[in-house]
Amino acid sequence: MQATDIGDPEYFHRVVECQWACPAHTNVPEYIRLIAQGRYSDAYMVNRESNVFPGILGRTCDRPCEPACRRERVDGSPVAICRLKRVASDLRDDITDQLPKAPEEKNGKRVACIGTGPASLAVANDLMPLGYHVTIFEAASEPGGLMRTSIPSFRLPAQVLEDEIGYIVDMGVEVHYDSPVTSLGTLLGDGYDAVFIGSGAPRGKDLEIEGRHDDPAHVHIGLDWLKSVAFGHISSIGERVLVIGVGNTAMDCCRTARRLGGGDVKIMARRPRQYFKASPWELEDAEEEQVEIVVNHAPRRFVTENGRLVGMEFDVLEWDEQARHSRKLDTVFLPCDDVILAIGQENAFPWVERDLGLEFTDEGLPVVDAVTMQTTLAGVFVGGDAAFGPKNIIWAVAHGHEAAISIDNHCRGIPADDRPSAQMSLTSQKMGLTEWSYSNDYNPSARQQMAHVDLTKRFQELRLEVELGFSAEQTMREVQRCLNCDVQPVFRAPLCIECDACIDICPVACLTITRDAESESELRSMLTVAADNLEEPLYISEPLAQTGRIMVKDEDLCVHCGLCAERCPTAAWNMEKFDLRLGRAGIGALL
Amino acid sequence: MPSIKKPLIPLAAMPKNDIGLTIRDYEGSMSTLCAGCGHDSVTAAIVRALFELSIPPHKVVKMSGIGCSSKTTAYFDSAAHGFNSAHGRMAPIATGANAANRDALYIGISGDGDSLSIGAGHMVHAIRRNVHMVYVIENNGVYGLTKGQFSASADIGSAAKHGEANTVAPVDPVMLALSLGASFVARSFSGDKEQLVPILKAAAQHRGLALIDVISPCVQFNNHYGSTKSYRYVREHELREIEPDFISTGREIVADLPHDGALMVAMHDGGLVRFRTLPADYDPTDREAAMHYVNQAHARGEIPTGLLFVDESIPDVHELNHTSESPLVELPFEELCPGSAELEDFQKSFV
Repeated sequence: MQATDIGDPEYFHRVVECQWACPAHTNVPEYIRLIAQGRYSDAYMVNRESNVFPGILGRTCDRPCEPACRRERVDGSPVAICRLKRVASDLRDDITDQLPKAPEEKNGKRVACIGTGPASLAVANDLMPLGYHVTIFEAASEPGGLMRTSIPSFRLPAQVLEDEIGYIVDMGVEVHYDSPVTSLGTLLGDGYDAVFIGSGAPRGKDLEIEGRHDDPAHVHIGLDWLKSVAFGHISSIGERVLVIGVGNTAMDCCRTARRLGGGDVKIMARRPRQYFKASPWELEDAEEEQVEIVVNHAPRRFVTENGRLVGMEFDVLEWDEQARHSRKLDTVFLPCDDVILAIGQENAFPWVERDLGLEFTDEGLPVVDAVTMQTTLAGVFVGGDAAFGPKNIIWAVAHGHEAAISIDNHCRGIPADDRPSAQMSLTSQKMGLTEWSYSNDYNPSARQQMAHVDLTKRFQELRLEVELGFSAEQTMREVQRCLNCDVQPVFRAPLCIECDACIDICPVACLTITRDAESESELRSMLTVAADNLEEPLYISEPLAQTGRIMVKDEDLCVHCGLCAERCPTAAWNMEKFDLRLGRAGIGALL
Repeated sequence: MPSIKKPLIPLAAMPKNDIGLTIRDYEGSMSTLCAGCGHDSVTAAIVRALFELSIPPHKVVKMSGIGCSSKTTAYFDSAAHGFNSAHGRMAPIATGANAANRDALYIGISGDGDSLSIGAGHMVHAIRRNVHMVYVIENNGVYGLTKGQFSASADIGSAAKHGEANTVAPVDPVMLALSLGASFVARSFSGDKEQLVPILKAAAQHRGLALIDVISPCVQFNNHYGSTKSYRYVREHELREIEPDFISTGREIVADLPHDGALMVAMHDGGLVRFRTLPADYDPTDREAAMHYVNQAHARGEIPTGLLFVDESIPDVHELNHTSESPLVELPFEELCPGSAELEDFQKSFV
C-alpha cells in the first residue's frame, strides 16, 4: 500500500472531524483548549478568524460540527462545541484592538455588496483590510439580514448582533440602509469593480389552498411575521395558533407566538417526527415551551365564518415505512385564531434583469461555481442563501470567504479558480518524558445541559434570552470532553523497533503492525479491530526497518490520548499539533 | 510510567468472550517498566490468551519473584490471586499453592536472573515435579533492575551496553528443561504475539509444567548492536520453528503428522494445538529429536522458537504426589483435620 502523505493538509484536516465538517473550517479543538485555559479573548479570535460571528453562531449555528464530533462515536454525545463558542464570546474582554483594520491608503477598487446578511459581511470583513472600498446596500433600516429579522431576539439578542456587525462595519464599510437594489443593471452601471449578491432567500412560501385569502389578517407568512415582530410592528397574536411547518423557522414562529399571547400553539406536520427539518434541539426547546406537535396532519382548507378565520381542516394521514406514501384516514377540524405558514423560503431575484448575462437555473437560482462563487457574469459573485437556496449562517460565512478570494483575484486580473493553497504545520507537543502541552487524559464526563430561563419569566418579556449559557463548572467539564483531534499521533517509520509497546497500550486497539496488503479493503480486514467505518481513513506507514511490515492506524478509533507516544521508546510516535491555514483573500498571496 | 491510566473507553464494538468479558477485564494496573520493554508485550499476550480462553479472572493465580520480569504480574488480571515471593522463590511457592489448590490456573512469571541464577535450583525441581503451571521466563540476558550486568543467559560474545563482551557460557532454559524431562517446552519472542499467544493458550491447557522461554528485549540495557537479545538480533536470527495455532475444541485425539505438515496435539482438557512444522519431519513429541534440533540450531547461531516439545502423558505433580482433588480450602474441617485418634492410628501403621 502507498504510505499516507501526511504533508498533504487535507489528510489530518479530515481527522479533525469538527473542523472538517464546519463549512468555514473553524479550528475547534484549538479554541476549546484556549477556553480551558481561561483565554476567552484568544478563543474568540480563533473563532472569528474563520467564522467571523462567534457570538451569533454560538447561539444560532446549525452545528454541522457536532454530529461529526469524534466524541459522538465514543460515548454517544458530541462535545457541546456551539455552547463553548458562546462561552468564548460571552466572557471575552474588549478585543477591538485585535480586529483587522482597513489601511488608510485604499487600493482604489470598489466593491458593491447586496444585503447586510452574513455573506456580504464576511466579504467586507475579508476585503476591507486589503484596502478595498466596500459599499453595502440594505433594504431594511438595520443590518443583519435574516439574522436580525427571522431569528427571534430571545435566541439571539440584538446587542450580540450589533457588536459583531459593528466590528466589520466600523472598518469603514459604506452601508446604505433603506436602499433596496431594484436593478442589478443600474448597479453595474455605477462602475464597481465587482458586485457580490448576498441578498438571501427572503421570501416565505405561501400555501395556496381553499380559503387562504378569506381572512388574510389572520394568516401570516412566517418569515414576514417574524420580521414584523423583530421591528416591533406586531406585538400580539390570538390565543389559539396553528403553525404549519417543521423547520427551524416554524419553531421560531411558535415560540414567538407563545410570547405574544398564544396560549394554545400547535406545530402541524404532514409527516412523522423523524422527518422534521428542524434541528433536534430547536424542536426540544419548542416542546419545553409547551408547544404541541401534531404529526400526520396535512392542511386541507382554511375555514372562515363571517370573514373571520375560525380554524383549519386537515387530512389525517397514515404513512408507509419510509414515509414516502400516505393514506388518508380522516378529515378533522382544528379551531384557531391565527395561522402562521412556515413551510419554507424561496429566493427572489425580481431585480436582476434577465438580459445581463447572469444565467439562472430552472429553480430560479443563479448559476454559480460552487468553489469560486462566480456567476456567469464576469465580476458578479453570489453567496449565502442567494446562491444555493436556504442553508444557514455558517455556510453564508464560508461562501463570503471564498467570494472574497474570487473578488480579490478578479480585481487583480487573476483567474477566479487560482485559489491560494492551504498551508499546514505540525508542532511537537512533548513537554517532558510523559508530559504533553495538552490535557491528554480521557474525561468520562457526560455532555453538559444548557440551563434555561424559567418558563413564566420568558413569556413575560419577548426579548429575554432563553439560554443562560454554561456556568464556569459546566464549561470546565465540557472542555475536557474534547478529544483534541488536532493533536495527531505522528509516526516516523525509520525510528520504529517494532516492540509492540504502542499496540499494547492503545486503549481502543486502533494500531496494527501487519504485513502489507494488496488493497485497502484487504488491509482494513487485517487490522486488530477490522476498520469498518469506510468514511475514516487509514494512516499507513512506510515499511518498517526490521521486518518490512507496516504500521497502520485506524483514524476511526483513535482518541488522541498520546499513550502510544508515551510508551514508544524511540519517539517513533510523537504527538504533534496540526495547524491548518486556509487560503484567504490576500493571505495566500503573502505566503 | 505513562502520565495517565489507560482510559476505559466505552466502545460499542468491543468483542466479548464466552463468559461475557472484554479484553479490558483481563488487564492490570499500569506498567511502570521502561517504554518499549519486551515484558509489557508478554503481559499483553497473557491478557489476550486469558481473554480468548474465557478464563474467569479470579481463577488465575499469579506467582512471581524479584526482578523487572516479576513486576509483570501486577500488570495483568487485577482480579486474580497472586504471590510475589522472595528472589528466586517463585517456584517453591507455586508448588505449595499448587498442592493446596489444583482448581486454578497458575501463571508464574520469572526472569533469567530469578530463574537461571538465584532461583535455578528451585526451577529445576519444579520442572522435575511437573508442577501444574505456566512457567514464563522473560529472558533478556541482563539484570535490568540493577542497570544491565550480564545475566546467566547472556550468550558468549554478546556485548554489554558499554561494549565489553560476555565470556561465561549461558544457561539455556530450553535445553535445561528438556534434559530434566519437562513435559512442555517452548521458546518465543515478545515481539511476535502471533506465535506467543497460541503458545500461552496451549500452555494454559497443558497438564503439568509448561515452560516458555520468552526472549524479551531490555530496551534500556540490552537492545544495542552487539547484543544477542535485541529486537533486531532476534528478528534476524529467529528460526520460527513451528507456527502454532491453538484451537479450543472438544475432545480430539493426538494425531500423527499429516501430509500437509500440520500436527495436531490434544491437550489434557480437550484443547487442540495444531503445529505447522517448517522442516516437514520435525516432531515436537520426540524429546531426543527436539534436543538435537535445538542444539544444532544454536550451533548455527539461530534461535529456534515455537512449541519445541510437548508430552501430555507425563504424570503431573498431582498424580505423582496424590494431592487432594478438591482444594484444601473446600474440604470440611473434619476431613482436613481428622483428629488425634486418626493421627495415632496413622502413626501406629509405621510400627
